[in-house]
Amino acid sequence: MENRSATWPDDVYASFKAHDVRQLVYVPDAGHARLIELAIADPDMEATPLTSEEEGIALLAGAWLGGQKGVLLMQSSGVGNCINMLSLTNTCRFPLLTLITMRGEWAEFNPWQGPMSKATKSSLENMGVQSFRVEDDVDVAPTVDAVATQVFAGDQAAAILLGQKLIGKKEWSR
Amino acid sequence: MTLDIRPSGSLDRRDVVAELLKDRGDLLLVTGLGSPTYDAAAVEDHDANFYLWGAMGGAAVMGLGLALAQPEKPVLVLTGDGEQLMGLGSFATIAVKQPPNLSVVVLDNGHYGETGMQTSHTGYGLKLPEVASACGFTDSVEVEDMPGVQALRTRIHGNAAGPRFASIRIAPILPERVLPSRDGVRIKNRFRDHLGL
Repeated sequence: MENRSATWPDDVYASFKAHDVRQLVYVPDAGHARLIELAIADPDMEATPLTSEEEGIALLAGAWLGGQKGVLLMQSSGVGNCINMLSLTNTCRFPLLTLITMRGEWAEFNPWQGPMSKATKSSLENMGVQSFRVEDDVDVAPTVDAVATQVFAGDQAAAILLGQKLIGKKEWSR
Repeated sequence: MTLDIRPSGSLDRRDVVAELLKDRGDLLLVTGLGSPTYDAAAVEDHDANFYLWGAMGGAAVMGLGLALAQPEKPVLVLTGDGEQLMGLGSFATIAVKQPPNLSVVVLDNGHYGETGMQTSHTGYGLKLPEVASACGFTDSVEVEDMPGVQALRTRIHGNAAGPRFASIRIAPILPERVLPSRDGVRIKNRFRDHLGL
Protein backbone atom coordinates (compact mmCIF):
# COMPACT_ATOMS: atom_id res chain seq x y z
CA MET A 1 0.00 0.00 0.00
CA GLU A 2 1.04 3.55 -0.64
CA ASN A 3 0.76 5.76 2.41
CA ARG A 4 1.15 2.75 4.65
CA SER A 5 3.37 4.85 6.88
CA ALA A 6 0.98 7.79 6.86
CA THR A 7 0.15 9.15 10.28
CA TRP A 8 -3.41 10.29 9.56
CA PRO A 9 -5.00 7.16 11.03
CA ASP A 10 -3.26 7.79 14.37
CA ASP A 11 -4.47 11.39 14.33
CA VAL A 12 -8.00 10.23 13.50
CA TYR A 13 -7.90 7.74 16.36
CA ALA A 14 -6.80 10.50 18.73
CA SER A 15 -9.81 12.49 17.57
CA PHE A 16 -12.12 9.53 18.29
CA LYS A 17 -10.71 9.41 21.81
CA ALA A 18 -11.09 13.16 22.27
CA HIS A 19 -14.79 12.78 21.40
CA ASP A 20 -15.14 9.89 23.88
CA VAL A 21 -15.91 7.31 21.18
CA ARG A 22 -16.25 3.97 22.98
CA GLN A 23 -17.32 1.57 20.24
CA LEU A 24 -15.68 1.06 16.87
CA VAL A 25 -17.47 -1.32 14.51
CA TYR A 26 -16.21 -2.32 11.12
CA VAL A 27 -16.19 -4.34 7.97
CA PRO A 28 -12.47 -4.26 7.15
CA ASP A 29 -10.76 -2.38 4.40
CA ALA A 30 -7.03 -1.97 3.88
CA GLY A 31 -7.48 1.78 4.31
CA HIS A 32 -8.94 1.20 7.79
CA ALA A 33 -6.35 -1.37 8.89
CA ARG A 34 -4.44 0.93 11.24
CA LEU A 35 -7.61 2.27 12.92
CA ILE A 36 -8.83 -1.28 13.50
CA GLU A 37 -5.45 -2.27 14.99
CA LEU A 38 -5.55 0.69 17.35
CA ALA A 39 -9.13 -0.05 18.45
CA ILE A 40 -8.43 -3.73 19.14
CA ALA A 41 -5.38 -2.79 21.20
CA ASP A 42 -7.31 -0.21 23.26
CA PRO A 43 -8.88 -1.62 26.46
CA ASP A 44 -11.28 1.34 26.57
CA MET A 45 -12.68 0.69 23.09
CA GLU A 46 -15.14 -2.04 22.12
CA ALA A 47 -13.97 -3.14 18.67
CA THR A 48 -16.60 -5.22 16.89
CA PRO A 49 -16.26 -6.90 13.50
CA LEU A 50 -19.51 -7.03 11.52
CA THR A 51 -20.71 -9.59 9.00
CA SER A 52 -22.46 -6.82 7.05
CA GLU A 53 -22.30 -3.04 7.27
CA GLU A 54 -25.99 -2.63 8.11
CA GLU A 55 -25.34 -4.35 11.43
CA GLY A 56 -23.19 -1.37 12.35
CA ILE A 57 -26.05 1.08 11.84
CA ALA A 58 -28.25 -0.82 14.31
CA LEU A 59 -25.42 -1.62 16.71
CA LEU A 60 -24.39 2.02 17.06
CA ALA A 61 -28.01 3.05 17.58
CA GLY A 62 -28.08 0.59 20.49
CA ALA A 63 -24.81 1.97 21.83
CA TRP A 64 -26.21 5.51 21.79
CA LEU A 65 -29.38 4.30 23.50
CA GLY A 66 -27.08 3.04 26.25
CA GLY A 67 -25.03 6.23 26.42
CA GLN A 68 -22.00 5.43 24.28
CA LYS A 69 -20.69 7.05 21.11
CA GLY A 70 -19.46 4.90 18.25
CA VAL A 71 -17.95 4.97 14.79
CA LEU A 72 -18.61 2.70 11.79
CA LEU A 73 -15.81 1.91 9.34
CA MET A 74 -16.56 0.47 5.92
CA GLN A 75 -15.72 0.75 2.25
CA SER A 76 -17.96 2.32 -0.35
CA SER A 77 -19.48 -1.01 -1.44
CA GLY A 78 -20.91 -1.35 2.08
CA VAL A 79 -23.10 1.74 1.77
CA GLY A 80 -25.53 -0.18 -0.41
CA ASN A 81 -25.94 -2.76 2.34
CA CYS A 82 -27.00 -0.05 4.80
CA ILE A 83 -29.82 1.63 2.96
CA ASN A 84 -32.95 0.33 4.69
CA MET A 85 -31.23 0.18 8.09
CA LEU A 86 -30.61 3.91 7.79
CA SER A 87 -34.37 4.27 8.36
CA LEU A 88 -33.53 3.68 12.00
CA THR A 89 -30.97 6.48 12.08
CA ASN A 90 -33.25 8.78 10.18
CA THR A 91 -36.59 8.11 11.91
CA CYS A 92 -35.19 8.18 15.44
CA ARG A 93 -32.55 10.84 14.75
CA PHE A 94 -29.71 8.71 16.08
CA PRO A 95 -26.26 10.23 15.64
CA LEU A 96 -24.15 8.39 13.07
CA LEU A 97 -20.47 8.85 12.28
CA THR A 98 -19.07 6.64 9.56
CA LEU A 99 -15.72 6.66 7.75
CA ILE A 100 -15.91 5.24 4.26
CA THR A 101 -12.91 4.36 2.14
CA MET A 102 -13.71 4.82 -1.53
CA ARG A 103 -13.10 2.06 -4.02
CA GLY A 104 -13.75 2.11 -7.72
CA GLU A 105 -12.58 5.64 -8.48
CA TRP A 106 -8.76 5.81 -8.74
CA ALA A 107 -6.52 3.21 -10.37
CA GLU A 108 -9.16 0.62 -9.54
CA PHE A 109 -8.51 -2.63 -11.35
CA ASN A 110 -11.80 -4.23 -10.31
CA PRO A 111 -14.79 -2.95 -12.28
CA TRP A 112 -17.23 -4.58 -9.85
CA GLN A 113 -16.37 -1.77 -7.41
CA GLY A 114 -17.58 0.86 -9.89
CA PRO A 115 -21.37 0.87 -9.61
CA MET A 116 -21.60 1.24 -5.84
CA SER A 117 -18.71 3.70 -5.83
CA LYS A 118 -20.60 6.01 -8.19
CA ALA A 119 -23.77 5.63 -6.10
CA THR A 120 -22.19 6.09 -2.66
CA LYS A 121 -22.73 9.82 -2.14
CA SER A 122 -26.24 9.92 -3.58
CA SER A 123 -27.31 6.80 -1.65
CA LEU A 124 -26.19 8.37 1.61
CA GLU A 125 -27.93 11.64 0.79
CA ASN A 126 -31.11 9.81 -0.20
CA MET A 127 -31.23 8.32 3.29
CA GLY A 128 -30.45 11.57 5.10
CA VAL A 129 -26.73 11.11 5.69
CA GLN A 130 -24.59 14.15 4.89
CA SER A 131 -21.21 13.38 3.34
CA PHE A 132 -17.84 15.11 3.57
CA ARG A 133 -15.17 14.16 1.10
CA VAL A 134 -11.44 14.22 1.93
CA GLU A 135 -8.67 13.95 -0.65
CA ASP A 136 -5.59 15.09 1.25
CA ASP A 137 -4.14 13.25 4.25
CA VAL A 138 -3.61 16.46 6.23
CA ASP A 139 -7.36 17.13 6.09
CA VAL A 140 -8.56 13.79 7.46
CA ALA A 141 -8.22 14.27 11.22
CA PRO A 142 -9.49 17.89 11.26
CA THR A 143 -12.50 16.79 9.22
CA VAL A 144 -13.20 13.89 11.61
CA ASP A 145 -12.98 16.28 14.54
CA ALA A 146 -15.37 18.80 12.99
CA VAL A 147 -17.87 16.21 11.79
CA ALA A 148 -17.82 14.31 15.10
CA THR A 149 -18.79 17.52 16.89
CA GLN A 150 -21.69 18.05 14.52
CA VAL A 151 -22.82 14.42 14.80
CA PHE A 152 -22.67 13.89 18.54
CA ALA A 153 -23.65 17.36 19.72
CA GLY A 154 -26.51 17.68 17.28
CA ASP A 155 -27.80 14.13 16.68
CA GLN A 156 -26.79 14.27 13.02
CA ALA A 157 -25.84 11.53 10.57
CA ALA A 158 -22.66 12.07 8.58
CA ALA A 159 -20.18 10.13 6.46
CA ILE A 160 -16.58 11.02 5.74
CA LEU A 161 -15.59 9.73 2.32
CA LEU A 162 -11.86 9.02 2.06
CA GLY A 163 -10.84 9.31 -1.58
CA GLN A 164 -9.10 6.31 -3.10
CA LYS A 165 -6.21 8.51 -4.15
CA LEU A 166 -5.61 9.23 -0.46
CA ILE A 167 -5.81 5.58 0.56
CA GLY A 168 -3.63 4.44 -2.29
CA LYS A 169 -4.33 1.97 -5.03
CA LYS A 170 -4.80 -1.63 -4.09
CA GLU A 171 -1.80 -3.69 -5.08
CA TRP A 172 -2.33 -7.17 -6.39
CA SER A 173 0.03 -10.04 -6.69
CA ARG A 174 -0.58 -13.53 -7.94
CA MET B 1 -38.91 -29.80 -3.92
CA THR B 2 -39.56 -27.79 -0.76
CA LEU B 3 -38.92 -28.84 2.80
CA ASP B 4 -41.89 -30.12 4.79
CA ILE B 5 -43.68 -27.70 7.07
CA ARG B 6 -43.00 -28.14 10.78
CA PRO B 7 -46.12 -27.82 12.94
CA SER B 8 -46.19 -24.65 15.05
CA GLY B 9 -45.93 -24.53 18.83
CA SER B 10 -48.82 -23.95 21.19
CA LEU B 11 -47.76 -21.26 23.67
CA ASP B 12 -49.75 -18.01 23.89
CA ARG B 13 -47.38 -15.19 22.94
CA ARG B 14 -48.90 -12.69 25.36
CA ASP B 15 -48.59 -15.14 28.28
CA VAL B 16 -44.97 -15.77 27.31
CA VAL B 17 -44.04 -12.08 27.13
CA ALA B 18 -45.88 -11.27 30.38
CA GLU B 19 -43.85 -14.00 32.10
CA LEU B 20 -40.51 -12.85 30.64
CA LEU B 21 -41.16 -9.23 31.72
CA LYS B 22 -42.54 -10.05 35.19
CA ASP B 23 -40.76 -8.08 37.96
CA ARG B 24 -38.41 -6.78 35.29
CA GLY B 25 -36.29 -4.60 37.57
CA ASP B 26 -33.60 -2.78 35.59
CA LEU B 27 -34.02 -4.89 32.45
CA LEU B 28 -33.62 -2.99 29.15
CA LEU B 29 -35.81 -4.15 26.25
CA VAL B 30 -35.53 -3.84 22.47
CA THR B 31 -38.43 -5.25 20.44
CA GLY B 32 -38.38 -6.30 16.80
CA LEU B 33 -40.97 -4.86 14.44
CA GLY B 34 -44.48 -6.29 14.32
CA SER B 35 -46.07 -8.45 16.97
CA PRO B 36 -43.18 -8.47 19.53
CA THR B 37 -43.55 -4.68 19.74
CA TYR B 38 -47.30 -5.03 20.38
CA ASP B 39 -46.71 -7.86 22.91
CA ALA B 40 -44.32 -5.72 24.95
CA ALA B 41 -46.67 -2.74 24.84
CA ALA B 42 -49.53 -4.98 25.97
CA VAL B 43 -47.60 -5.82 29.15
CA GLU B 44 -46.56 -2.24 29.95
CA ASP B 45 -45.45 0.81 27.99
CA HIS B 46 -42.25 0.95 30.07
CA ASP B 47 -39.67 3.74 29.74
CA ALA B 48 -36.94 1.12 29.23
CA ASN B 49 -38.68 -0.29 26.13
CA PHE B 50 -37.31 0.59 22.72
CA TYR B 51 -39.79 -0.40 20.03
CA LEU B 52 -38.67 -1.00 16.47
CA TRP B 53 -41.25 -0.38 13.77
CA GLY B 54 -38.82 -1.02 10.93
CA ALA B 55 -35.07 -1.71 10.54
CA MET B 56 -35.89 -5.38 9.93
CA GLY B 57 -32.97 -7.61 10.86
CA GLY B 58 -31.46 -5.05 13.22
CA ALA B 59 -33.01 -5.88 16.59
CA ALA B 60 -30.46 -8.38 17.92
CA VAL B 61 -27.41 -6.37 16.96
CA MET B 62 -28.99 -3.19 18.34
CA GLY B 63 -29.25 -5.14 21.59
CA LEU B 64 -25.53 -5.88 21.31
CA GLY B 65 -24.60 -2.20 21.14
CA LEU B 66 -26.84 -1.52 24.12
CA ALA B 67 -25.52 -4.47 26.13
CA LEU B 68 -21.90 -3.36 25.58
CA ALA B 69 -22.78 0.19 26.66
CA GLN B 70 -24.74 -0.95 29.76
CA PRO B 71 -22.87 -4.03 31.01
CA GLU B 72 -24.44 -3.91 34.48
CA LYS B 73 -28.01 -4.26 33.22
CA PRO B 74 -29.73 -7.23 31.61
CA VAL B 75 -30.62 -6.49 27.98
CA LEU B 76 -33.39 -8.45 26.29
CA VAL B 77 -34.10 -8.44 22.58
CA LEU B 78 -37.56 -9.79 21.89
CA THR B 79 -38.26 -10.41 18.24
CA GLY B 80 -39.97 -12.63 15.70
CA ASP B 81 -38.65 -15.44 13.52
CA GLY B 82 -38.93 -13.40 10.32
CA GLU B 83 -37.09 -10.43 11.81
CA GLN B 84 -34.29 -12.63 13.14
CA LEU B 85 -33.97 -14.51 9.86
CA MET B 86 -33.21 -11.21 8.11
CA GLY B 87 -30.32 -10.66 10.54
CA LEU B 88 -28.74 -14.10 10.88
CA GLY B 89 -25.29 -12.53 10.60
CA SER B 90 -25.92 -10.80 13.91
CA PHE B 91 -25.60 -14.18 15.66
CA ALA B 92 -22.00 -14.31 14.46
CA THR B 93 -21.29 -10.72 15.50
CA ILE B 94 -22.85 -11.15 18.96
CA ALA B 95 -21.01 -14.42 19.54
CA VAL B 96 -17.64 -12.80 18.80
CA LYS B 97 -18.28 -10.25 21.57
CA GLN B 98 -19.81 -12.69 24.13
CA PRO B 99 -21.81 -10.05 26.06
CA PRO B 100 -22.82 -11.81 29.31
CA ASN B 101 -25.84 -9.53 29.83
CA LEU B 102 -27.50 -10.00 26.41
CA SER B 103 -30.42 -12.33 25.68
CA VAL B 104 -32.02 -12.68 22.27
CA VAL B 105 -35.44 -14.31 22.38
CA VAL B 106 -37.40 -15.17 19.26
CA LEU B 107 -41.15 -15.62 19.53
CA ASP B 108 -41.26 -18.28 16.85
CA ASN B 109 -44.59 -19.04 15.20
CA GLY B 110 -43.02 -20.14 11.92
CA HIS B 111 -44.88 -17.46 10.01
CA TYR B 112 -44.71 -13.87 8.80
CA GLY B 113 -47.63 -12.62 10.89
CA GLU B 114 -47.74 -9.03 9.64
CA THR B 115 -48.06 -9.91 5.99
CA GLY B 116 -50.66 -12.67 5.88
CA MET B 117 -49.14 -15.62 7.76
CA GLN B 118 -46.86 -16.89 5.02
CA THR B 119 -44.63 -19.75 6.24
CA SER B 120 -41.15 -18.60 7.30
CA HIS B 121 -37.92 -20.58 7.14
CA THR B 122 -38.40 -21.76 10.73
CA GLY B 123 -41.83 -22.96 9.62
CA TYR B 124 -39.95 -25.05 7.06
CA GLY B 125 -37.87 -26.53 9.86
CA LEU B 126 -34.87 -24.20 10.29
CA LYS B 127 -33.67 -24.41 13.89
CA LEU B 128 -32.55 -20.98 15.03
CA PRO B 129 -31.11 -22.33 18.34
CA GLU B 130 -28.77 -24.57 16.36
CA VAL B 131 -27.67 -21.61 14.22
CA ALA B 132 -26.98 -19.51 17.33
CA SER B 133 -25.18 -22.42 18.97
CA ALA B 134 -23.01 -23.00 15.90
CA CYS B 135 -22.07 -19.30 15.94
CA GLY B 136 -20.90 -19.49 19.56
CA PHE B 137 -23.86 -18.86 21.89
CA THR B 138 -23.21 -21.24 24.79
CA ASP B 139 -26.77 -20.95 26.15
CA SER B 140 -29.09 -21.58 23.22
CA VAL B 141 -32.38 -23.40 23.68
CA GLU B 142 -35.76 -24.14 22.20
CA VAL B 143 -38.64 -23.60 24.64
CA GLU B 144 -42.01 -25.29 24.23
CA ASP B 145 -43.77 -24.92 27.59
CA MET B 146 -44.32 -22.38 30.37
CA PRO B 147 -41.92 -24.02 32.85
CA GLY B 148 -39.29 -23.56 30.15
CA VAL B 149 -40.24 -19.89 29.82
CA GLN B 150 -40.00 -19.43 33.60
CA ALA B 151 -36.55 -21.01 33.68
CA LEU B 152 -35.46 -18.78 30.77
CA ARG B 153 -36.74 -15.69 32.61
CA THR B 154 -34.54 -16.54 35.58
CA ARG B 155 -31.47 -16.81 33.34
CA ILE B 156 -32.26 -13.56 31.51
CA HIS B 157 -32.68 -11.60 34.73
CA GLY B 158 -29.62 -13.28 36.26
CA ASN B 159 -27.52 -11.19 33.89
CA ALA B 160 -24.61 -13.61 33.57
CA ALA B 161 -23.29 -16.38 31.37
CA GLY B 162 -24.62 -14.88 28.18
CA PRO B 163 -25.05 -14.31 25.39
CA ARG B 164 -28.10 -16.49 25.41
CA PHE B 165 -30.58 -17.30 22.69
CA ALA B 166 -33.99 -18.88 22.94
CA SER B 167 -36.62 -19.74 20.39
CA ILE B 168 -40.01 -19.93 22.06
CA ARG B 169 -42.51 -21.96 20.08
CA ILE B 170 -45.72 -19.98 20.12
CA ALA B 171 -49.04 -20.56 18.42
CA PRO B 172 -49.54 -18.78 15.07
CA ILE B 173 -52.37 -16.66 16.43
CA LEU B 174 -52.33 -12.86 16.31
CA PRO B 175 -53.91 -11.23 19.37
CA GLU B 176 -55.43 -7.76 19.20
CA ARG B 177 -52.75 -5.19 18.43
CA VAL B 178 -51.59 -2.90 21.20
CA LEU B 179 -49.83 -0.04 19.46
CA PRO B 180 -47.16 1.96 21.30
CA SER B 181 -45.81 5.26 20.02
CA ARG B 182 -44.28 5.26 16.54
CA ASP B 183 -42.37 8.46 17.33
CA GLY B 184 -38.84 7.11 17.31
CA VAL B 185 -37.23 10.29 18.59
CA ARG B 186 -39.56 10.35 21.58
CA ILE B 187 -39.04 6.68 22.43
CA LYS B 188 -35.26 7.09 22.09
CA ASN B 189 -35.15 10.11 24.37
CA ARG B 190 -37.50 8.52 26.88
CA PHE B 191 -35.20 5.48 27.05
CA ARG B 192 -32.10 7.65 27.56
CA ASP B 193 -33.84 9.76 30.17
CA HIS B 194 -34.71 6.56 32.03
CA LEU B 195 -30.98 5.76 32.14
CA GLY B 196 -30.15 9.29 33.30
CA LEU B 197 -28.29 10.13 30.09
